[in-house]
Amino acid sequence: MAGELPFEQPLVELKQKIAELKRFGEEKNIDFTEEIARLEERYAKLAEEIYTNISPSQKMHLARHHQRPTTLDFIQHIFTDFIELHGDRLFGDDMAIVGGLARLNGVPVTVIGHQRGKDTKENIARFFGSPHPEGFRKALRLMQQADKFKRPIITFIDTKGAYPGNTAEERGQSEAIARNLRDMALLGVPVICVVIGEGGSGGALALGVGNRVLMLENAIYAAISPNGAASILWKDASRADQAAEAMKITAADLKAMDVIEEIIPEPQGGAHKDVEAAAANVKDALWRHLAELMLLSTDELREDRYGKFRKIGKFATYERV
Amino acid sequence: MFKDLFQKKKYATVPSASVHDDRPKREIPEGLMNKCPKCGTIQYHKELEKNLKVCSQCGHHLRLNALERIEMTLDEGRFFEYDSDIVSEDPLGFPDYPKKLKQQQAKSGLDEAVITGEGTIGGFPVVVAVMSFDFFTGSMGSVVGEKITRAIETAMQKQYPLIIFSTSGGARMQESILSLMQMAKTSAALAKLHEAGGLYISVFTDPTTGGVSASFAMLGDINLAEPGALVGFAGRIVIEQTIRQKLPDEFQTAEFNMKHGQLDLVVPRKDMRQTLIKLIDLHTVKGDVTHGG
Repeated sequence: MAGELPFEQPLVELKQKIAELKRFGEEKNIDFTEEIARLEERYAKLAEEIYTNISPSQKMHLARHHQRPTTLDFIQHIFTDFIELHGDRLFGDDMAIVGGLARLNGVPVTVIGHQRGKDTKENIARFFGSPHPEGFRKALRLMQQADKFKRPIITFIDTKGAYPGNTAEERGQSEAIARNLRDMALLGVPVICVVIGEGGSGGALALGVGNRVLMLENAIYAAISPNGAASILWKDASRADQAAEAMKITAADLKAMDVIEEIIPEPQGGAHKDVEAAAANVKDALWRHLAELMLLSTDELREDRYGKFRKIGKFATYERV
Repeated sequence: MFKDLFQKKKYATVPSASVHDDRPKREIPEGLMNKCPKCGTIQYHKELEKNLKVCSQCGHHLRLNALERIEMTLDEGRFFEYDSDIVSEDPLGFPDYPKKLKQQQAKSGLDEAVITGEGTIGGFPVVVAVMSFDFFTGSMGSVVGEKITRAIETAMQKQYPLIIFSTSGGARMQESILSLMQMAKTSAALAKLHEAGGLYISVFTDPTTGGVSASFAMLGDINLAEPGALVGFAGRIVIEQTIRQKLPDEFQTAEFNMKHGQLDLVVPRKDMRQTLIKLIDLHTVKGDVTHGG
């Protein structure tokens, strides 16, 4: 095991202790079975305690964990016959977004998602999962293609945000995001979005206008990254943890505000501890929601999606005197 | 006939805007003289007002608040405000948000970052939404999103052209996810207007960035901007840190966006009203089309 986060340190230490005791027992031929069982019981209890009380900032670190499964990992575990399609037909092929055709339990679907890299080299090629306009335009092209062929659309959201670069601005970053928001509202097929890691700002939302928006238990979703918020609020980006606590970014927060429909459980300690189990949970949720949405007509699907977003927002109304 | 119908409506007169907060720091007697924030030229306040708050020396367009803009753009006294009764709450329990809202209201004399309503321009009835940068940097929270969405829905229902003057620093982070979702809400409403064949003219004013630029502001059938207006998605500092380069001065100006195909026209303030009237007029079928020349 590697990549444990600071809040998991007590578990790491206990695990080491158990391993040492086992080794010592074997070396010296002493029977520690009882002690080991007791320690393992303690471990399970401690793990339960730590993992059921993960704070928003700890979730932020889990959502950004370098071993956390990416879009392509989920695609591999959930779908069959995946074939990746490329390019926006206007400028290029942005590797920060992947998309293509696949089957979910035999049903042909279009699947699209932000794609982070697994290592530095891949991350550079994929701009750390932060799309340029051509990425959003590729996504929209594939969505409109799905609409034409009446295929449901599944998107995976996992980005710090749209790429903040001069070339992105020149090619119309605002326009690309805005157009996705508008034209996703017009799709006549089921659209299900799953926030699998970090849902950062407009770059996340540009794949997020779905009939159903689901979130993995430890995923986060916000208008601005906690780092960005901290640097604006307190002129100190290192206070991201503090901002994360204030910003209501967790799946449970968003469910309470009716922004998302369902929280998908993760294996204990996070999706990266058992990718297969995490993917199985996602697949189960996708299939349930898809089965419901496939009963709706084109118009009903559009109205359902419009209604979902139309009602979001909280404000007061007062009488003027 | 149509116009007569319109006359009968109850219109409130826009109070002559006397908001001075957006003026630069004064080194001169209050209210008498102004200094251009760009070239530093000192000019009489009255002179500047007469010139629509455009510097007579360098042509810099000073920022306007929503009331000033409405007064300058619509036919005199012909504005009826919508939804002035909806106000921000503190949905996330965000530290200091209610206090900041009060401060912003006191500072700007406005209730929120957008004023919506209907009026006439060159006699044409229109629905307008006008944002103010001097209220919470024009940021979009639930109220801004809701008022804009309702304005779009009303424009569709009444079949009036829609004009939105944008200026915004982006999402209001004190409402985080709810603020982000207003981008989807307003854009989805524009999708319906788009399908219904409604005309939407978007006018970018200085500055329009982030979540507003990347939602309703960029979705005009026609996108206009005032000269020199900052228009972009990401902030200059963030971009400079990302690419590790200094960006040129003209980066993200209206003219830069024009060059890169993001805008239809850059329109000086003195021509804005006439340009809007002309564009709306061109969308109106007149006379006997079968005998058109």
